[in-house]
Amino acid sequence: MPASKTKKTGKTITIDAKGVYYRELNHSIRTALKAGGKEFHLKNINGQRYIGDGLVGRDVRITIDGVPGNDLGAFMDGPTIVVNSNAQDGISNTMNDGKIIIHGDAGDVLGYGMRGGKLFVRGDVGYRVGIHMKEFKAKIPVIIAGGVAGDFLGEYMAGGILILLGEKKKNEMMVGDYLGTGMHGGVIYLKYSDDIKEDRLGKEVAVMELDDADNKVLDKLLKEYCQDFRMDYDKTRQQRFVKLKPVSHRPYGKLYAY
Amino acid sequence: MSWRYEKDISGCGLAGIINTRRELINGKVIMKSIALQHDRGNGLGGGFAAYGIYPDYKDHYAFHVMFEHEKCRHEFEHYLKINYQIDREELIPTRTHPKVPTHPILWRYFVTIKPDRPDLKEDEIGDQDFIVKTVMHVNLNIDGAYVFSSGKNMGVFKGVGYPEDIGEFFCLENYDAYIWTAHNRFPTNTPGWWGGAHPFALLEWTIVHNGEISSYGINKRYLEMFHYTCSLMTDTEVVAYLLDLLLRKHNLPRELALKALSASFWKDIDKMDKRERTMFTAIRQVYGSAALNGPFAILIGHNNGLIGINDRIKLRPLVAARKQDTYYLASEESSIREVCPEPERIWHPKAGEPVIIDLEKEVK
Repeated sequence: MPASKTKKTGKTITIDAKGVYYRELNHSIRTALKAGGKEFHLKNINGQRYIGDGLVGRDVRITIDGVPGNDLGAFMDGPTIVVNSNAQDGISNTMNDGKIIIHGDAGDVLGYGMRGGKLFVRGDVGYRVGIHMKEFKAKIPVIIAGGVAGDFLGEYMAGGILILLGEKKKNEMMVGDYLGTGMHGGVIYLKYSDDIKEDRLGKEVAVMELDDADNKVLDKLLKEYCQDFRMDYDKTRQQRFVKLKPVSHRPYGKLYAY
Repeated sequence: MSWRYEKDISGCGLAGIINTRRELINGKVIMKSIALQHDRGNGLGGGFAAYGIYPDYKDHYAFHVMFEHEKCRHEFEHYLKINYQIDREELIPTRTHPKVPTHPILWRYFVTIKPDRPDLKEDEIGDQDFIVKTVMHVNLNIDGAYVFSSGKNMGVFKGVGYPEDIGEFFCLENYDAYIWTAHNRFPTNTPGWWGGAHPFALLEWTIVHNGEISSYGINKRYLEMFHYTCSLMTDTEVVAYLLDLLLRKHNLPRELALKALSASFWKDIDKMDKRERTMFTAIRQVYGSAALNGPFAILIGHNNGLIGINDRIKLRPLVAARKQDTYYLASEESSIREVCPEPERIWHPKAGEPVIIDLEKEVK
């Protein structure tokens, strides 16, 4: 297994990760961080797991060329990661703060137990996105996906904001089955579509129209999203959105009571 | 206080490659693809299936057999000689490998069935049924002998180790195939032993599987009614036999057989139009005991193609890609890009919806 080749030009630390084992790679990043490095450019990434995991610091920025492996940015607390291609499963797992921007599609179980920070995906996302996201006071995690989503979007969601812009590349459903199943907190904003069907919703949620407060939230977040992906904000924002909210914050409160 | 906590966080890994025009792909390619998923396994099982590797013996059944000792090899060969014409027999070529310290005796036999085999007097069954009977008999009754591959012009290579090491051990760089599947094992409920590595195979069917089949008990007892005996102590074994039963014996259309395994939910059947509803209701009723419960992503290899399928709520990952006539299936996109950096199309199959890729018809 080749060692990672680290090179410093100006402020940016470039690492050629071709064939480098993930432990080696992540060790190189941590070593450079300790030495005061803030800007990273990871080249030739393919499948290396756990990139950015547990890293701290809002001024740290990691740009990735290639497809990073699972659990990208897990437990991350502050840094920004930009992925210039697709990404895999388990991104933003239990992430606390920071931002991850994926320019392609992303896989399953994104934002598992996420408690803060942002995950922006330009393309499609897989199954169980936003599963058990949570929030506390001002700490509200956000996931925005530009494409379509698989089944169990927002499953067991306890807090946070999930936005699906629902742009389709082909004839397909914008959103999967079991939408918001077990959801008991937070909110999902969806582009309005016939694909949102009553019999594909979790029984804990209902579809509602937006109020002023919702519109303000969307204004702010979509502006940021469109800026990051150089998209037309007005066009994106003018689409009709609906929201999905839990009808009870304790759906199973009485399950074992009687 | 300083402490160090290390846990293997893992799931099995799958990879499959097929060239629909039967252009041959070297074993190094699939080894490279599955090696990228190293951390999905834990070194307790790796294996490969290869189709098109024995063109000189393409009308022979190729038995790959593992023996725990010489005595069972003699017992097996005695049985074989009575029933089969053996046209070639040899040790499966292997190399000394530091990561594969011990292994059973590995032998392969290229055989045809004797037209006057003794069992015909009592039980008139066809050739393929007789192969199945042989595999079941050997695996159950010849202590220490296991037939782990029994198809034509194909073969399984597997053992205890990481797949990249098992591949090197079996010298897979010397094989070219038009369909490959590979598996990196992380055993959960069942032992990590040579016979328990994937693929599981019967006749042309081979299975690599990531997940758990919690319906194993029901499936196993159901298969016993049709004289399939599970003797390899691993849940995935049932899938190989179920495919043989549904596709070869019962001659179900492929899509329906796969729907029997990854059964539609009743709530979705209720929404179908009458014709479909009747058919899917019948499938669930007749093949209730063949349904696989639990999380799975599976790759199925057979003489005419490659199939990938998930459980109906996609509890295990599966990615597909295409570049010209070559298709790829894997647990992770990076595993595909390792051997095909720029596919024309890359997609995530939906839960319970199979990806079916067939070879083009052979031009004679």
